[in-house]
Amino acid sequence: MEQLLDILRELHPETDFETETRLVDGGILASFDIVMLITRIEEEFDVVIPAKDIVPEHFNSAEALYRLITRIAEQDD
Amino acid sequence: MKTVLGFLDRQLRNRPEKPMLKDERETLTFAETHARAEAIGSALLKRGADREPILVFMKRSAAMIAAFFGVWKANCFYVPVDAEMGETRIRSILERVKPRFAIRDESADALLSACGFTGEALDASALLSEPADTKLLEAAARKTLDSDPAYLVFTSGSTGAPKGVVGVHRAVLDYAEQITNALRADETDVFGMQAPLYVDACLKEILSALKCGSSVVLVPKKLFMTPVPLVEFLNAHRITALCWVVPALTLISALHTFDAVKPQYLKTVAFGSEVMPPKQLRIWQANVPARFLNLYGPTECTGMSCFYEVDRTFADDERVPIGHAFDNTEIFLIDENGARASEGEICIRGTAVCHGYYRDPERTKNAFVPNPLNPDYPETVYRTGDLGRINERGELEFIGRKDDQIKHMGHRIELGELEAAARTVDGVTAACAVFDRAHSVLGLVYAGTADRAGILNGLRAKVPEYLLPKRTLCVDALPLTENGKTDRKAATTLLFR
Repeated sequence: MEQLLDILRELHPETDFETETRLVDGGILASFDIVMLITRIEEEFDVVIPAKDIVPEHFNSAEALYRLITRIAEQDD
Repeated sequence: MKTVLGFLDRQLRNRPEKPMLKDERETLTFAETHARAEAIGSALLKRGADREPILVFMKRSAAMIAAFFGVWKANCFYVPVDAEMGETRIRSILERVKPRFAIRDESADALLSACGFTGEALDASALLSEPADTKLLEAAARKTLDSDPAYLVFTSGSTGAPKGVVGVHRAVLDYAEQITNALRADETDVFGMQAPLYVDACLKEILSALKCGSSVVLVPKKLFMTPVPLVEFLNAHRITALCWVVPALTLISALHTFDAVKPQYLKTVAFGSEVMPPKQLRIWQANVPARFLNLYGPTECTGMSCFYEVDRTFADDERVPIGHAFDNTEIFLIDENGARASEGEICIRGTAVCHGYYRDPERTKNAFVPNPLNPDYPETVYRTGDLGRINERGELEFIGRKDDQIKHMGHRIELGELEAAARTVDGVTAACAVFDRAHSVLGLVYAGTADRAGILNGLRAKVPEYLLPKRTLCVDALPLTENGKTDRKAATTLLFR
């Protein structure tokens, strides 16, 4: 989780990612931010995030995003 | 025909009930769009508007496009503004233009007067109930010249102050012919529009609808974060044609979207604004059986100026050409001595060249220059500041910039604009904006006591979202060149080494 928070803070240090639950719906993550974010996650966590999982419910909070990454990593094992 | 409004009259006769413009809230047929234009035009004329700039400050919508037409009906030119441009940009536009009238909706509430607007604000939806005045509209149409301004759109300026590009009716009319030929637009086309309405990029779809009877669906901005719902949207609306900035297309191709869903109806995929990575183009070519067009052109020459229809595949180290100039436009390259060259600065001449920058003689003079190849009579050409070369196939290629202008997230940005904004943030004493071209990352190297969060919070209210730096570095002092100027190259290395 810390690793993910670091990536997110690098993108938007002004946001409190531990409590924010409207990253997409609240417009915090910008249009096209998502490509950079996913590229970083795929590098850091050595996973491939399927396009169908790139939806607001998985990206609105750091916690939801972390659950997604964990789920994909477990499936890969 | 003096303006493209003539096409709207034609569509009113040919296909009044066909949907022309569709957004999340409503669909306007050609007849409804026409009626709105006449109502808004009449309302402006009744208030005494006459060949002057009209601010249109609205949420990106079908209604906003209808308001543009209404401004033309009143023999005026529109100045499009959107809340997402940020307070600093809007304020400086208002200072330069000082419009007497603004057409506004609720999205302007927080910003219009806060940014210093002192004229009369007209509510866009209230104007629609005002009756059309045929006499006033006819008189205004008679007075319109095809050499009059059609719009004023603002583009990034290196000193921080944006430049207002004066688009001209006859150039828009010419562009309608050229762009629809390149796109092969017709009445069966449904365009999925990605462009914001405060740039000239939106003309491609608007002109296709006006001239060819195509329909335009405004794709909601929030979909450009979620590639699968984005493609599902294209399929649900049976979108046949896209004219998108490169990052919008690579959002789909780079995130493995085609494994999950493919566009079903696309015939035409045009892209521009920045260099298309060959790898992403190959993914599109392998998954979508459409015509692919690479478009190139500066705002100063009315939309796009040339195009290349992709007829082969490109390796990672090859450039996708920008092709050949539109009919009725000439593009030529000049070397440092102003002589014709096969590699050099891209210059453009023809009807497409706009009237220069609004109330800005100095910067106009530097870019709109006498044709260096024509000593015989006065002829203005536009020097783009872009560098190009003619390849061995005779196609034009874009190589890079002469100066510090960059293309990022589909927008044209002067690094100086970000620096000027950064210097106004509390705790910043000096700033240098830098760009990592290889990874398309915008950064800021600065001196002062502000931390990263402070900088971003300070900038957020002032500049558009695409100008926010993704990487920042605080230094004791900015690196300087031997002449004592900020050394951008050294600063770039500091941040991205």
